[in-house]
Amino acid sequence: MAVMNIIQAVNDALRLEMRRDPSVLVMGEDVGKFGGVFRATVGLYDEFGPDRSIDTPLSEGGIIGTAIGMATYGLRPVAEIQFADYIFPAFDQIVNELAKLRYRSGGQYTAPMVIRAPCGGGIRGGHYHSQSPEAYFIHTAGLKVVMPSSPADAKGLLISSIRDPDPVVFFEPKRVYRGRPVEGRITPWDQDVPEGEHTVPLGEAALLREGRHVTLATYGAMVHESVEAARLVAKEGLEVEVIDLRTLWPVDVEALVGSVKKTGRFVVVHEAPRTCGFAAELVTLVSEKAFLHLEAPPARVTGWDTPFPCTLENDYMPMTPRIVDALRRTARF
Amino acid sequence: MGSSDSDDLFEVIGPDGSADPALDPGLPQGTLLAMLRAMRRIRAIDARMMMLQRQGRVSFYGECRGQEATPVAFAFATELTDWIFPALREGAIMLVRGFGLDSYLAQVYGNDLDELRGRQMPSHYASRSVAQVSWSSCIGTQVPHAVGAAWAAKLRGDRTVTVGFMGDGATSEADFHVAMNFAAVYRAPCVLCCQNNHWSISVPSDRQTASSTFAKKAVAYGMPGIRVNGNDVLALFRVASEAVERARSGGGPTFIEAFTYRMGAHSSSDDPSRYRDQRDVDEWARRDPVAVFERYLTAKGLWDAERGAALGAELDAEVLEAVRRVESHGPPAVLTMFDDVYAERPWHLEEQRQQIQNEDQRGEDG
Amino acid sequence: MTPLASRETPQGPLRILRDDDQAPEVPIEPGELARMYRTMLLARNLDDRLIRLQRQGRISFHIGSLGEEAAIVGSAAAMLPADWIWPCYREFAAALYRGMPLEAYLDNMFGNADDPSRGRQMPDHWTGRAWNVGSVSSPVGTQIAQAPGMAWAAKRRGDDVAVLVYFGEGATSEGDFHVGLNFAGVFKAPCIFFCRNNGWAISVPASRQTASKSIAVKATAYGVAGVQVDGNDVLAVHRAVREARERCRRGEGATLIEALTYRLGPHSTSDDPRGYRKEEEVEPWRAADPLPRFRRYLEQRGLWSDADEERVTAEIESEIRAAIEVAERKGPPPLESLFDDVYARRPWHLEEQYREALRLREEG
Repeated sequence: MAVMNIIQAVNDALRLEMRRDPSVLVMGEDVGKFGGVFRATVGLYDEFGPDRSIDTPLSEGGIIGTAIGMATYGLRPVAEIQFADYIFPAFDQIVNELAKLRYRSGGQYTAPMVIRAPCGGGIRGGHYHSQSPEAYFIHTAGLKVVMPSSPADAKGLLISSIRDPDPVVFFEPKRVYRGRPVEGRITPWDQDVPEGEHTVPLGEAALLREGRHVTLATYGAMVHESVEAARLVAKEGLEVEVIDLRTLWPVDVEALVGSVKKTGRFVVVHEAPRTCGFAAELVTLVSEKAFLHLEAPPARVTGWDTPFPCTLENDYMPMTPRIVDALRRTARF
Repeated sequence: MGSSDSDDLFEVIGPDGSADPALDPGLPQGTLLAMLRAMRRIRAIDARMMMLQRQGRVSFYGECRGQEATPVAFAFATELTDWIFPALREGAIMLVRGFGLDSYLAQVYGNDLDELRGRQMPSHYASRSVAQVSWSSCIGTQVPHAVGAAWAAKLRGDRTVTVGFMGDGATSEADFHVAMNFAAVYRAPCVLCCQNNHWSISVPSDRQTASSTFAKKAVAYGMPGIRVNGNDVLALFRVASEAVERARSGGGPTFIEAFTYRMGAHSSSDDPSRYRDQRDVDEWARRDPVAVFERYLTAKGLWDAERGAALGAELDAEVLEAVRRVESHGPPAVLTMFDDVYAERPWHLEEQRQQIQNEDQRGEDG
Repeated sequence: MTPLASRETPQGPLRILRDDDQAPEVPIEPGELARMYRTMLLARNLDDRLIRLQRQGRISFHIGSLGEEAAIVGSAAAMLPADWIWPCYREFAAALYRGMPLEAYLDNMFGNADDPSRGRQMPDHWTGRAWNVGSVSSPVGTQIAQAPGMAWAAKRRGDDVAVLVYFGEGATSEGDFHVGLNFAGVFKAPCIFFCRNNGWAISVPASRQTASKSIAVKATAYGVAGVQVDGNDVLAVHRAVREARERCRRGEGATLIEALTYRLGPHSTSDDPRGYRKEEEVEPWRAADPLPRFRRYLEQRGLWSDADEERVTAEIESEIRAAIEVAERKGPPPLESLFDDVYARRPWHLEEQYREALRLREEG
């Protein structure tokens, strides 16, 4: 075991996979010599050289387009998009090419690869260093979408994503890259991460806290706000079951529905805007599969339907007080 | 030839069918005749498919007429281990590289003989068996894939070369730019070939760019750009062979502009009489690549009208018989719709598949 | 003067300021020359002050123009008042030159209630419609596709308006560079594409961005004029842009200008270049600092003196100090502003969300 933060865990996963499988390589803007603007690929250039730790020209479309060609040919690229906000120049390559290659070729061609992208707010990044665009990719058949919330999951899920036969969009919540919020402040991680081989299967949620009264599903940085909210309302006797989805698609529907059948109440928390956000899909799934168990309308605690602001970002993101409010209302209904 | 001035047009066969001995690649007779046969076979298939489309038996078709020289030249210039990333008018390369006619036509019909399981429109040919990669209707997206695959081959130390095709319209897309840039920066072993057929549906090539030629665009990326007569199969073969050789020997990528003309409509859904002058089409008809090559072979004493007629009859019969066999197949089984979305079907697709299965059963019961 | 359209890499970049600090045929009024120098000095001082504010945690971020002041101010000065500029993000000096008040710029740096973009964007992401200055966006190169559209619109209206769009050499790898240049070529848009080739896209050197001989040569691919200029020579930059401006007026379409300069500082306050470049590489560029170079020229023409330098520096410092004091004291934008400007009018769902946010803030 070793204490690592998410960045170190991502770095560890990449290093182990690159050692294990010579076809694995990392590519992207500033990922080589510099080790990435968040330092996620630091040291890989020294160990694996410029051909496996590749600084690309400044072109997201080029990174993803050529990575598709590489993966089709048999390499296993892990492409970094420096910020999830910059993924859109590559949107066509991801949605129309990467997601559909297997299907349109009758299973003859596939491009198994991972796209890593730091996402989410909380770093005073304004419109273009804060967004959470997961819903666009969950909506696209053929892609898997993953977002860890902790160092151990970041490592285990990234290794599983690299080994997965399908393309995975791997979002990393950058607000909690180096620590987690405790009572409103980011403190360093104290979580132990298994050294060496460690995988977390895709498609399995994690039950972070058991409870009888309300099911709370969340992912990424909001996991920490949610756990804190659950801790606070526990003092009032409200027992919240907190589920960290980890793999957003295909989602662990059994964990979700099973929990709601037990609690009868459902709250989803995510940073992305509300309308057509992933919460809408989760609420629908629960309504379809556990309708007769529901005791209250499911609630969504999300970013507002505005572009992500800068100065007022803490009013935008669904922080602990908003989650507490939603939990109380749902429980009281 | 190398990085010749990109405004020059490289040609081998003159208007009378003669060839400059200094430029003629000097191919053996058998190869020359095989090339002609391949070109005429593509034309015979196109003619039959366009007829079937008008009869409503084929839903859509994009023909290659007038541009047969490029796919044939590249098929002969590449090895079977090389990878092909075609666009709309180069799909037939796989036929020349040994793919069966029935399976090829099945991709037009999208039936249960189709390896692609009826998922794509007609004219979107691909098969792993001949290293021809699946492409999408979205313009130019395959060009970065060709570069990425070549780059992967280089990283792996393989001798594979990839060829990526596009039309003149695709050069306006961002994917063209990023692909050319990555290819040159990483010296990827690929050949990127733009068939400038003068038309992107209704938009003429001079409205696509203010650059005087397409080949010239290579300068912006620091790679050789060569402009070649796209209706001259021998010129194309030479240019393509040299580019493939350069890529294979570590010399990096080459951009080729094949200067040609789209003789037919963009596709069966298009009517070019509404936007182009018939006189232009007639002018280009005189430069028809099949006729040009036949004049060359005739001048060499390898061809005559009689042999031409016999080949035509033979190919028509071959295609007709293949169509008859292929048309006997039905559509793919409906449940195949849920396959190949992922390597394994996740729970939600299993559920959706089950739903169709149940509806089918209810239908049968009712 | 010889036309620039054909002046590309083989002849070397255009230079006007000679090694002996003289320059022939400078058609710029002395007053304007002094204003250009003053703006460069202001930019240099601002950069220094803002980096310190960031280290003190008083602002969250700054992206500076250290070493690139000549390219930025020289180009802005060559445009006409009715023209438009579309910034990348290092060109605050261009906006200041065009009249944007220092206070407005600093309001954005603090994201306060008076920030023209109401605290919605990061520092150095300003907007200046009143001075015909576009809006800064972090995604690289997006403005390159937008500028020719604006230029084309001006042309269609028959206005003598040209658009100057800024970007770095890294942006030339983006698809938006390609489509912007191509459209400008096809539609003969009165647009000036100004590439600050400062050697670095964060950690990636210009040599890994493209295999082409230069950025200017890329103009060939689009049928537009391409010019390479010494970006640390403010007079050469001014002349290259002014000539491109003349081409726009004459209906000859767009020009791609590559200004060879160097990013002396880090990419931004979030970056540390020691991880990827050697100090020896930076040294010669420090020696080519555009400010002393321009100052020596002004001095030998008698347009500037040590006394001027001292007086203006003191003026600038006190202006900056005063403006920061005011900007820092202003509070954040009101909660309501979070829900404004998403649409022209606030729809029902944002009205609902605003009320919810208000309630939460009051209860919280």
